[in-house]
Amino acid sequence: MQIYLPIAETSVNAFTLLGVGGGVGLLSGMFGVGGGFLITPLLFFIGVPPPVAVATGVNQVVASSISGVLAHLKRKTVDLRMGTVLLIGGLIGSIIGIWFFNLMQRLGQIDLIVQLSYVIFLGIIGALMLQESLRAILRSRNPNAPRRKLHSHTWIHNLPFKMKFRASGLYISVFPPLLVGMGVGILAAIMGVGGGFVLVPAMIYLLGMPTKVVIGTSLFQVTFVAAFTTMMHAITNQSVDVMLAAFLILGGVIGAQLGTRIGLKLQAEQLRILLALLVLAVCGKIAFDLLWTPSELYTITVPGRF
Amino acid sequence: MRVLLVLMLCLAALPLRAEEVIAGLSQNRVSLTVNFEGSDILIYGAVRRETAPAETELDVIVAIEGPPQPAVIWRKARRAGIWVNTDAQEVRAAPSFYAVATTRPLGDILSPEADLTHRISTRLAIFEARSTVDRDDPAAFTEALIRIRENEGLYQSRDGDVTLEQDTLFNTRILLPKNIVEGTYSARIFLVRDGDVIDEFETFIDVRKAVLERWLTNLAYDQPFLYGLLALFLAVFFGWGASAAFRLVRS
Repeated sequence: MQIYLPIAETSVNAFTLLGVGGGVGLLSGMFGVGGGFLITPLLFFIGVPPPVAVATGVNQVVASSISGVLAHLKRKTVDLRMGTVLLIGGLIGSIIGIWFFNLMQRLGQIDLIVQLSYVIFLGIIGALMLQESLRAILRSRNPNAPRRKLHSHTWIHNLPFKMKFRASGLYISVFPPLLVGMGVGILAAIMGVGGGFVLVPAMIYLLGMPTKVVIGTSLFQVTFVAAFTTMMHAITNQSVDVMLAAFLILGGVIGAQLGTRIGLKLQAEQLRILLALLVLAVCGKIAFDLLWTPSELYTITVPGRF
Repeated sequence: MRVLLVLMLCLAALPLRAEEVIAGLSQNRVSLTVNFEGSDILIYGAVRRETAPAETELDVIVAIEGPPQPAVIWRKARRAGIWVNTDAQEVRAAPSFYAVATTRPLGDILSPEADLTHRISTRLAIFEARSTVDRDDPAAFTEALIRIRENEGLYQSRDGDVTLEQDTLFNTRILLPKNIVEGTYSARIFLVRDGDVIDEFETFIDVRKAVLERWLTNLAYDQPFLYGLLALFLAVFFGWGASAAFRLVRS
């Protein structure tokens, strides 16, 4: 069954869309990742124009993180103060990202920029995930191996404009969280992702936040930045396709619920390797498309269309 | 007396429309509904004549043209190992859809002059911009435009696809693919003899998004703020609603 997408102005198979949404939802439920970094490139592969894929992907992030952030707010595992600082940075980053996105679109280079960012970030995340899960497996075989130190004081903690973050038990400068938030906002606008994959490690290793508030606070920032970015894309580009979003969200929420239950029963570490390999495979496919001589050297852009 | 003579001469100079074409379409409206997969249009018609047909061969050309749009054609080149858009050429207007169906190969039945007057072949339907940049191969870009759109089914050259029976009845089918844009499509039918167009008939196909699709597109472009809020509302509603529903089911 084909579905006509009114904004993308093309038809795609409804079951493919539900499959993409459901599959990524399943993975995100199993591993607790947002999945935006898989949805957007998968949309490129099925022929959705990159600007629509990015804007609609970021809309889908709102749907996939909203129930998580509500649950964390109820459990009081959100550092609202830190979340707000990160959010302010995120909004600034999103504006910068949208400006850059629209500039590149006018110059005819947006597809390249989006693809390049995906190659770089998927490559890094995939490699880190693979390394992390291999190390975890080795550690479980050899329980006496030394553990890594989680939190150490660095120059980052000595910057001016210090602020107290009681929920996190931190007294640090506002600049590191602002900059981290900004980076995430830029990624959200250009790549159509939530950015949790960058935010969570940055909060743990860079800011030194305790793990109990990391997930809730990052979800808080990601949800609002994604919502803001959706609005920005809708207003400046008209590239959010709600028909496409509806199918992705429908597949995604069902997939995520199933994934959460499967994730509880299965051995996570071995599966994490599979997820890392999947991320690397998507990265490889995009890289291949950029490096390999294309069969058609020419492309057409029609002003006002995607 | 002199006035009368001039009038007579004028009348004599008018071409005698010995043969006229009358045509119809299987549908004058195409609705881009949620499950739109393309639409097959049947173009049929007849040749009306007062006198016996001429000895030379009669041919029929059917041309369907979608709304013209400006376009930019990009060419990639390898830069630092990766393929990047480097050169661009603008086209002032290119039809978003163009299909030509004929009884025999277009080049054999239509003289270049007649083609130029009526702009029938695909190449002539594209209006190139007068580029200020001197490029060594401006034609390559227009050819690429035609090639890409032919691969997408947006441009079609269908030589010999029109069936003409007893020099009177003709019909052909043209597929409007799933990726067509909205607008008014013109369908022109030409009668051709000795390389010249002897009669022409034009009718229109209205391609419109269906009610919901139309409403969404209008909202997205006219009220982008409201549209963004709608997108967010849907995301929040489904995202939160689904997990709430699952919680209910589980308890």
